[in-house]
Amino acid sequence: MKLLSAFRSSYLNRRGSTFRSLDPSSFDGAFIPKPSPSSIFWLAIHCLCCLISLILGFRFSHLVLFFLFSTSVTNNLYTTTAGVSQLLQLKPLEKANVTAKSSRVVVGRHGIRIRPWPHPNPIEVMRAHQLLERVQKEQKSLYGVRSPRAVIAVTPTYVRTFQALHLTGVMHSLMLVPYDVVWIVVEAGGKSNETASFVGKSRLKTIHVGFDQKMPNTWEDRGKLESKMRIQALRIVREEKLDGIVVFVDDSNMHSMELFDEIQNVRWFGALSVGILAHSGNADELSSVLKTNQEGKPLSMPIQGPSCDSSGKLVGWHVFNTQPYATKTAVYVDDKAAVMPSKMEWSGFVLNSRLLWKESAVDSRPAWVKDVNNLLDGNEEIEDGPLSLVKDPSMVETLESCGRNVLLWWLRVEARADSKFPPGWIIKSPLDITVPSERTPWLDSSSKLPVVTKEEKNNQPATEKRSGKPRGSKSKNNRGTQEPKTTRSRK
Amino acid sequence: MKLTSWVLIFLACNLAFSTISAFRLSRSQPTERISGSAGDVLDDNPVGRLKVFVYELPSKYNKKILQKDPRCLTHMFAAEIYMQRFLLSSPVRTLNPEEADWFYVPVYTTCDLTPNGLPLPFKSPRMMRSAIQLIASNWPYWNRTEGADHFFVVPHDFGACFHYQEEKAIGRGILPLLQRATLVQTFGQRNHVCLKEGSITVPPYAPPQKMQSHLIPGKTPRSIFVYFRGLFYDVGNDPEGGYYARGARAAVWENFKDNPLFDISTEHPTTYYEDMQRAIFCLCPLGWAPWSPRLVEAVIFGCIPVIIADDIVLPFADAIPWEDIGVFVDEKDVPYLDTILTSIPPEVILRKQRLLANPSMKQAMLFPQPAQPGDAFHQVLNGLARKLPHDRSVYLRAGEKLLNWTAGPVADLKPW
Repeated sequence: MKLLSAFRSSYLNRRGSTFRSLDPSSFDGAFIPKPSPSSIFWLAIHCLCCLISLILGFRFSHLVLFFLFSTSVTNNLYTTTAGVSQLLQLKPLEKANVTAKSSRVVVGRHGIRIRPWPHPNPIEVMRAHQLLERVQKEQKSLYGVRSPRAVIAVTPTYVRTFQALHLTGVMHSLMLVPYDVVWIVVEAGGKSNETASFVGKSRLKTIHVGFDQKMPNTWEDRGKLESKMRIQALRIVREEKLDGIVVFVDDSNMHSMELFDEIQNVRWFGALSVGILAHSGNADELSSVLKTNQEGKPLSMPIQGPSCDSSGKLVGWHVFNTQPYATKTAVYVDDKAAVMPSKMEWSGFVLNSRLLWKESAVDSRPAWVKDVNNLLDGNEEIEDGPLSLVKDPSMVETLESCGRNVLLWWLRVEARADSKFPPGWIIKSPLDITVPSERTPWLDSSSKLPVVTKEEKNNQPATEKRSGKPRGSKSKNNRGTQEPKTTRSRK
Repeated sequence: MKLTSWVLIFLACNLAFSTISAFRLSRSQPTERISGSAGDVLDDNPVGRLKVFVYELPSKYNKKILQKDPRCLTHMFAAEIYMQRFLLSSPVRTLNPEEADWFYVPVYTTCDLTPNGLPLPFKSPRMMRSAIQLIASNWPYWNRTEGADHFFVVPHDFGACFHYQEEKAIGRGILPLLQRATLVQTFGQRNHVCLKEGSITVPPYAPPQKMQSHLIPGKTPRSIFVYFRGLFYDVGNDPEGGYYARGARAAVWENFKDNPLFDISTEHPTTYYEDMQRAIFCLCPLGWAPWSPRLVEAVIFGCIPVIIADDIVLPFADAIPWEDIGVFVDEKDVPYLDTILTSIPPEVILRKQRLLANPSMKQAMLFPQPAQPGDAFHQVLNGLARKLPHDRSVYLRAGEKLLNWTAGPVADLKPW
């Protein structure tokens, strides 16, 4: 075994820097050559071993030596990436172990244990995911909201072309909210199937009511009606004694998920910053607006929300500056100008539903909030927007560090008043063709196809889409004279 | 009658409060009290319980070495340097050696670094010998007890065996002159030559500022199941595997390299600390030596350490109940690591995380500058204080000599 240790110490240069020489005290495997038969014999063995290792390589020479010199075998499996499947492990190095007590941990070469099927077990992966979920739930309960309250979303809506666009967005946002949601949809003009289909698709707890007036055509009147519809929804909250936080989710607004996390911090009545996107879709108009503002003050922020002083106390409200748009605001719903928000949008405020309950004792409600029962009973009219619900506006709670983060955006986009859309967006009767399928929408000027005959032929299938792709139905009545022309146009 | 009812109510309240074991700190994670085998000792204050005298060695043993290579302040063996600095300005220090319970010898044996930053231990035995000869000849306290009330900080790979290779270290054994002294070292393995009875195991040095600066908010969900970054095969010194880490790291790689639950690789990402905070389990397998700074990092970042090192002795094992905090896996069970980890019940995992979140646990693993209450320095002093009072056998009778000054390899006897 002395020879083996000689081999080992020479191959073991730890921390591989040739800069350091091996410690002289470590050469305990060296032997001093003397002219004697035993030493010559050892020299011969040494040369033989060198030859074997040259021929067979490092790994196999160890094997040969092992078979020659050692008899004991341990039972560890050893697998390398070279694909040698089962190499018997060499006995651990027998150094003069000066351990007084026996240790089960042995120094030396050990096998690398690999189990027979070293691949993930799907049941264990499932269990691991369950553990991850549990840990994350615990984290959320520690660092997130302590006792989450339900979110009561109030949405006034009515049937129109853009309703599908808006309601889809609202529905998806509400479906993603990680808390309980009650969606109260108040619809002007009575309940309709369109809205009912959205409400049903959402798989949330919903209350869908109709409101008896039809939505007027001017933005101003519309705002008033929407306020009335919201008050109706608040009445429902009062009657059903819904418990949670009331959020005014207008159907054309866009909400971020953090909004719903942040409003959990509201105690009674809170205010948020709303980004106001007053856009008419007309780029020239925006530049003209900017031009009128170039002298003097910069364009004010398109935000509506609370404004605080340096200590975080609410001192006022920032409203959207409608001055630059004074002459160019939209009056009618389908005007091409920018739509202006009202002074204080409802969507920027959230309230605790307990404010609305009838028999909650007077002292449980804060003194700075008005008693809304009068309002809800229909004895009063809501004038000034949501701030009229509070007696002392300076006590309103500000959310998200005094509205530092804008968590929702206000936008009003509607189609032309006479725009039609398929009911339920389901195409029942066949669509009229505007582009025949054999002609590409991007015409090259050379093709002059007699369109009339082709159209008659292609009018048949009811489900033909207006795709305009050049691949087309090879209509069976292709006139022979026209074929060369059609192939030309397809190039 | 009324008095007894009041007494009963009082007793009932006491019982109720004493059974509460988890308490909430405002807006942070609820933690659990750590009661080790020695009781609730992490928060003990050593001041007043012991007195330490620091020898004034010539600066060639400490300051000059540090000046030659300031890298010693940031590598994982820096505990010896910071220990001296701490003791010099600590209230347990006494300038009167007659009233001292413990004597500290500040000699930096792990500061002779290669260009790569790895310490060379070849001169350390001679340096230690020469330091001891100095104190034995200049002060009478060494000969009084032959070093039994002295303590040394030897944070190198195998402690006072002064070698990085395990066989050589075992062959050398602990330096004969230190046979009676208390050793404060990072190495700890049961039934091993290089772990003396009565040694204090400390964690390796990890830079506290650097770790604090990489903290991420606590609500970031932990989405990695098992995390490890480091070598599996040491191709420079052990290309085939089997020697390095006794084959355990290679086994981890071969068994789990394509397992989606195991995020293991040899890369060196810049987000290493952040990733640890997003993992539930962090592997702490042995390398060439059983201890590693990964344990400290795992504790600081709240990741449950999975310790794969047979018979390892973890830092402050008498004060910290490591069995409750980490997961111990035998090296022979490494191929079944995924089964082991996924079959841990969730309540156990949550309890371990609560224990890890305890700030006194995290403090005990660090060597902050300047020292803070409850940190590793104080735990060392607590450990030393627990060994007091010295029993009679410590003091030698006149003329009695127990140490052999000429034992050990011949090369060690050369002067330094």
